[in-house]
Amino acid sequence: MKKPPPRLRPKVAARAAPLWQLRLYVMDRTAKSVTALSNLKAICEEHLKGRYRITVIDLLKHPQLARGDQILAVPTVVRRLPTPIRTIIGNLTDVTSVLVGLDLRPIE
Amino acid sequence: MKKHRSKTRPPNLRLPKCPTGIQGLDEITDGGLPRGRPTLVCGGAGCGKTLLAAEFLVRGAVQFNEPGVLMAFEETEKELTANVASLGFDLAGLVRRKKVVVDYVHIDRSEFAASGEYDLEGLFVRLNHAIDSIGAKRVVLDTLEVLFANLPNEAFLRAELRRLFRWLKEKGVTAVITAERGRESLTRHGLEEYVSDCVILLDHRVNDQIATRHLRVVKYRGALHGTNEFPFLIGDRGISVLPITSLSLNHQVSSQRIATGIPRLDAMLGGKGFFRGSSILLTGTPGTGKTIISANFAQAAARRGERVLYFSFEESPAQIMRNMHSIGLRLEPLVQRGLLRFHSARPSLYGLEMHLATMFKEISAFQPHLVVIDPITSLMGSGTDSEGKGMVTRLIDFLKAAQVTSLFTSLTQGGHALQQSEAAMSSLMDSWVLLQDFEGNGERNRVLYVLKARGMAHSNQIREFLISDRGIDVVDAYIGASGVLTGSARAAQHSLEKAAVLAGQQDAAQLKREVARKREALGRKISGLRADYETEAAELRRIAEQVGTRTLVLGTERAASGILRQADANVPDSGRIRAKSGKANS
Repeated sequence: MKKPPPRLRPKVAARAAPLWQLRLYVMDRTAKSVTALSNLKAICEEHLKGRYRITVIDLLKHPQLARGDQILAVPTVVRRLPTPIRTIIGNLTDVTSVLVGLDLRPIE
Repeated sequence: MKKHRSKTRPPNLRLPKCPTGIQGLDEITDGGLPRGRPTLVCGGAGCGKTLLAAEFLVRGAVQFNEPGVLMAFEETEKELTANVASLGFDLAGLVRRKKVVVDYVHIDRSEFAASGEYDLEGLFVRLNHAIDSIGAKRVVLDTLEVLFANLPNEAFLRAELRRLFRWLKEKGVTAVITAERGRESLTRHGLEEYVSDCVILLDHRVNDQIATRHLRVVKYRGALHGTNEFPFLIGDRGISVLPITSLSLNHQVSSQRIATGIPRLDAMLGGKGFFRGSSILLTGTPGTGKTIISANFAQAAARRGERVLYFSFEESPAQIMRNMHSIGLRLEPLVQRGLLRFHSARPSLYGLEMHLATMFKEISAFQPHLVVIDPITSLMGSGTDSEGKGMVTRLIDFLKAAQVTSLFTSLTQGGHALQQSEAAMSSLMDSWVLLQDFEGNGERNRVLYVLKARGMAHSNQIREFLISDRGIDVVDAYIGASGVLTGSARAAQHSLEKAAVLAGQQDAAQLKREVARKREALGRKISGLRADYETEAAELRRIAEQVGTRTLVLGTERAASGILRQADANVPDSGRIRAKSGKANS
């Protein structure tokens, strides 16, 4: 996770843009979880194509990980990089709040 | 076990309790919080919610071997550890030994955005994981209301909290949930709707600039509990709730009597002094000598080898000792020998409860035979009347249970009816000695009388007591037609009486002298008469002698002339005479 996949490296370097690391905390494969993941993927594809990485953490399997990122609500997206850490809770159906929350300006 | 159970209530009717280990709280709740259910602890800021919850958890882990989870929403683990360390709890050590898990939940509205639907499964997961990791039996959530401030949808939040409490019950953990006091309701966000098994309300009130904390069990479903408001305090060993009603009136009593150090006062108390273990009230207006009598009592007890603890709320130990020195009481040696201990504190230093706790601690540590509280009134002044009375009740109960004699001095303001102003306290006291000033003739004089002394014959007399450099001297006050005479009036009366006696004595002497003189005169008369008589008698005797002599001479002469005449004298004599004459003839 520390190193971006080799396929993306030239592109990232060329644009001097940081790699986005996103963590999606979910609980099992509930409807909310599934919706959140698909919504997140769609947004990232649109605004961060090729510059992001999503890690999905299932708290049912790894409950101990909830503490580290101060997870209360599920689903939660945590932007680990670029700093500062940003957090969005919910199934991400409201795209505008996601973009504001992740500090992503839509490309015009 | 079976026997024990059959003696009490049937086990199925008794709600299982989870002892808190908090001093006094288990008494009020008749055994503790409802086991396996959530309890709501609500109160305003700074009234000790978090400490109560933390103590519940720590004592559970330490005393009852019930590990616990503390989920903190407001304070970090570090802060919590530091806070409870002041109560002597080693939270970090318990965490290391896997007895306690502290999970700090950080939530800040500015750090996250919300988009779409979500639930609080994350919280459940964390809690569940923490509980399972150490096999926790107790859970503290401090305080859930932070969620209300930071999560936008309140209706949703309520649904989630309802789910959380149900989940906690299913999990079988005994939970304490703290909540901020609301203006209209018990809690600001109405958490009492969800946590309905047991609700404890904490309160921090300021009366006359002195704050006292109170605890009340508002609700305890399915169990008996004390409904009163109980003062509690946070000391260096945690919280202690001081229930009044849990104290019972079944003290051991002693019939042993102890002298007061003032013989005349002992005499007024049936000659033997007060009962050991009784409570004595000494009331008086300013300057009537309350402290002096107390010090006397203390000295007498210490000289008997008893330990005396002297709580002084107005004077420093050094000042008392110096002042007592002036009336010939030497307390320093007793202090040095460890028989007398002073404890001085300003009444306004802290609240009544803190004073009481401090006194309990001192008494438990020193184990005295006699406790002097001088004066109790300044202490009571720092609370309301009922608080003060409650405190004295608890103090007396505590002392009586320990068979400690207690002497309370009480300052009454001039102008008030003494009996009335002390009504609250006097009913708790076994003996009551009143000190009073009598004003008159331009002076004030001290008198003393025993107003009541339960269980002993006592004098109904008012006595005057004098304070000199040799100590206290109780003397009879002069009670005459014009009332009680004290001081110079008494002295004047004394001298009047003395004068009268003297006059009487002089009269008597005079009469005696008169008698003596008369007797002398009589004697003289008698001896004069006797002398006269003597003279007369001597004269008479002389005359009588002369007469006798003459008669003899006459007889003799007649006989001689008879012989000469040769006359016959008496016949029987004629032969002798004849013979005589014949002889004479021959």
